[in-house]
Amino acid sequence: MAKIRVETTINGDAAEFLCAGHQSLLEVLRDDLGMTGTKEGCTTGDCGACSVVVDGRLVPSCLVLAAEAEGRTVDTIEGVADGQKLTAVQQQFLEHGALQCGICTPGFIVAAEKLLEKNPDPTEEEARYYLAGNLCRCTGYDKIIRAVLDAAAVMREEPA
Amino acid sequence: MSAAPDTSERKFKQIGSRPIRHDGLDKVTGRARFGADFTLPGALQGVFVRSPHAHAKILSIDTSKAEKVPGVKAVITAEDLPELPMSWVSQGPAGIDVGANQRVILAREKVLYHGHAFAAVAATTREAAIEAGELIEVEWEVLSPVLSIDAALAADAPILHEGQMTEGAGPPVEGDTNITNQIVFEGGDLDAGFAEADLVVEGVFETEMVHQGYIEPHACLVNAREDDTVEIWCATQGAFGVKGEVATLTGSDPQTIKVTPTEIGGGFGGKVPVYLEPAATILSGKAGRPVKMTMTREEVFRGTGPTSGSKMWVKLGAKSDGTLVAAECRLDFEAGCFRGSPVGAACMTILSPYTVPNFRILGRDIVVNKPRVAAYRAPGAPIGSFAAESLIDELAKKLGRDPIDLRLQNAIEEGGRAKYGPPFGPIGFKQALEAAKAHPQYKAPLGENQGRGVAAGFWFNAGMQSSATVSVSQDGSAVVRTGNPDIGGSRASMALMCAEELGIDVTRVRPMVGDTDSVGYCDVTGGSRVTYATGMAVIDATRQVIDHLRARAATIWNVELDSVEWQDGNAVAVNGSADISADKGSLSLEEIARKMGATGGPIVASASVSPPAAGPSFGVHLCDLEVDPETGVTRVLRYTVVQDAGKAIHPTFVEGQYQGGAAQGIGWALNEAYLWDDDGKVENASFLDYRLPVASDLPMIDTVIVEVPNPLHPYGVRGVGETPIVPPLATVANAMCAATGVRFYALPMSPPVVLEALENAD
Repeated sequence: MAKIRVETTINGDAAEFLCAGHQSLLEVLRDDLGMTGTKEGCTTGDCGACSVVVDGRLVPSCLVLAAEAEGRTVDTIEGVADGQKLTAVQQQFLEHGALQCGICTPGFIVAAEKLLEKNPDPTEEEARYYLAGNLCRCTGYDKIIRAVLDAAAVMREEPA
Repeated sequence: MSAAPDTSERKFKQIGSRPIRHDGLDKVTGRARFGADFTLPGALQGVFVRSPHAHAKILSIDTSKAEKVPGVKAVITAEDLPELPMSWVSQGPAGIDVGANQRVILAREKVLYHGHAFAAVAATTREAAIEAGELIEVEWEVLSPVLSIDAALAADAPILHEGQMTEGAGPPVEGDTNITNQIVFEGGDLDAGFAEADLVVEGVFETEMVHQGYIEPHACLVNAREDDTVEIWCATQGAFGVKGEVATLTGSDPQTIKVTPTEIGGGFGGKVPVYLEPAATILSGKAGRPVKMTMTREEVFRGTGPTSGSKMWVKLGAKSDGTLVAAECRLDFEAGCFRGSPVGAACMTILSPYTVPNFRILGRDIVVNKPRVAAYRAPGAPIGSFAAESLIDELAKKLGRDPIDLRLQNAIEEGGRAKYGPPFGPIGFKQALEAAKAHPQYKAPLGENQGRGVAAGFWFNAGMQSSATVSVSQDGSAVVRTGNPDIGGSRASMALMCAEELGIDVTRVRPMVGDTDSVGYCDVTGGSRVTYATGMAVIDATRQVIDHLRARAATIWNVELDSVEWQDGNAVAVNGSADISADKGSLSLEEIARKMGATGGPIVASASVSPPAAGPSFGVHLCDLEVDPETGVTRVLRYTVVQDAGKAIHPTFVEGQYQGGAAQGIGWALNEAYLWDDDGKVENASFLDYRLPVASDLPMIDTVIVEVPNPLHPYGVRGVGETPIVPPLATVANAMCAATGVRFYALPMSPPVVLEALENAD
């Protein structure tokens, strides 16, 4: 079966790849483009480990067909930091020790960045509900939520 | 090392601080490489082919059609492994059966659970491998599945393993049976004890199989090379365990196998056993190509490590003043399809927090047609604790006593014997109970439909074997190498202990996890043992490095070694000598490191430990919750974990263990369970249907770190990872009882169950 040629933008750079019609964006990112920062936890959209942003919308990349990336922008964990500078979210995850094994961390950070873009001053409850699609089995979420709320505070005080 | 802890007199500089973990940057940027992130040129994709039946004899397997699928390079069955007979070898409270381990990888005579792998295929694409798997023809003789403890014990129950006799102590069992083993702990005079009791409470408690729920599915990459050497990259809790197990199960020479542990995306005990690696090794050898195998989430649920479901009858007797006088327990645990449930550990832990002079504990290991259980965080202890701590709560209620006071009255103390024999050393149980009682949550007002629960528990923790190597770099920084995969921040703890000894900042120490060729032997990252045992090896190796550093300073100064002390990262001359005037009597680590070449060469030291015991860690949990009487939905409002850490090396990660264990326990109590259909198929093998707690299900989880030093560790460290999952089941159940007036004897207390209980209570 002929592969589909896809032209897209990944983390701000033009990218193109060939994919089969059934391949997910997650699969292509990881297996064909070598961008393994996006993690696979379930392939059914239930865990959030593969969270990416497509055209500004937070999505599980396991439920997006790779071919759907055509003409769109895709933002992944690899594009979150600004060059050598970590974002406030990344920095607060480190400061709070908001990770143990770290497998869910890229997905949480991608999702948290999106949350704070949409809502710069979330309540604890708003953060918990926004991030309810991201599973973490290690932390009990306490330090993750604190890291996100503190990142929000840092971002509000220090506008870019 | 046998030095007594120097906690009391020692002022720590690094220990107890909260540095950013050394591997943190890679984990917040997506650079960290986990099990599924490795590949090699030409790697094939391997998949297991799994049983559609929960219990069936394999009469024949025909792989010929599968082998003809384009892209397929190898198809294997149990016939491709050297047959190992089933034979149980006891190891402490647990044991090992390599024959069973092999039959978990690839079923041989029978498939014993729905999803049991019986073949594996490697192909150029995953699609081709799956297609080939579907073309494997099997002639089955389908048997009735045994799907519960009651069914396994029925007089006419199908027998999973022909010729299975009951081993161990306890009442004799006639003929072939599904009870593989019985364990008994007893003491005092049970009849006299209950005769003395003014109040007796008892109950039958049931729990379902639950899964560890790590977010990273199992994954490995194996390269079996032309010279019969094998390279393995995998997400595991113990690379040396993988090496040994692959060698045993595939009949290879261990020296040909090198295992590199990748970053590991959670384990909780479930990544101690191997599943993929032996199959991938045989596939790779047969195909002459590297083979990558990754499980789907569904496979993780169907084919890997749940912990036991259980049925427990427990009876407690107390005097009217609250003194516990007698206890009798019968714990029946589902082992899954092969012997090896954690019932032994449950028997060891169920009553040991309390002084109970007269007791009898019988544990039975029972095989059923469900996946073979794997270790899950304090294996067995949460299950037993659910029953015992629910009844302690019931006693407190009936006696009109504060539940913490009742526990304080009966709490085991130093010198008191665990029910399995040995006396406890210094422990922080009473301190944890006092701290819980003093916590603001314990006095906070509650509203309508709300209740507060308290429960306690402990885990004895493991010692086992560890080694560590510390080397000094030419710039005076240090590298610490161990063989324990870092599953929750242990690199930072290793670095902290090394930095503490050297007297340098923790950022000057680089910790690393080595492969099986580059580090000394280390047992698994498990048993809450890494910070304790591997940490001891790190401290010992660092102290040897310091001896070298002192010797180098003595050489430079031309003085006796005794004249040089190590203070805060510097060699200091203590006896005064003309030769040292140029250095003002002090040489820093950096200065000595620069002169290493001229004073005897590089400085490196290794140490190993094999502590037979560890310091138990006791915990006490508080839970406030609210039950919606209309829907049966329970909301945890407030939760506090109090636990003895001995000495917290990196408090952030100690708190993280407390919070994570509590969250897992809350999930177990309220929602998690394997659901089975009548044919033995798991009905909820996805994260959508097997619902782990999500962020919006939980409140912040407060923590109180109690520190009663463990005399077995130089800083007083106790393992902390497992204890936090022991108390939550009963803590939540006791809170449910307080909120609703209904005692729940079965888990999970999911909304329909709660609703029905409330309706029946009306």
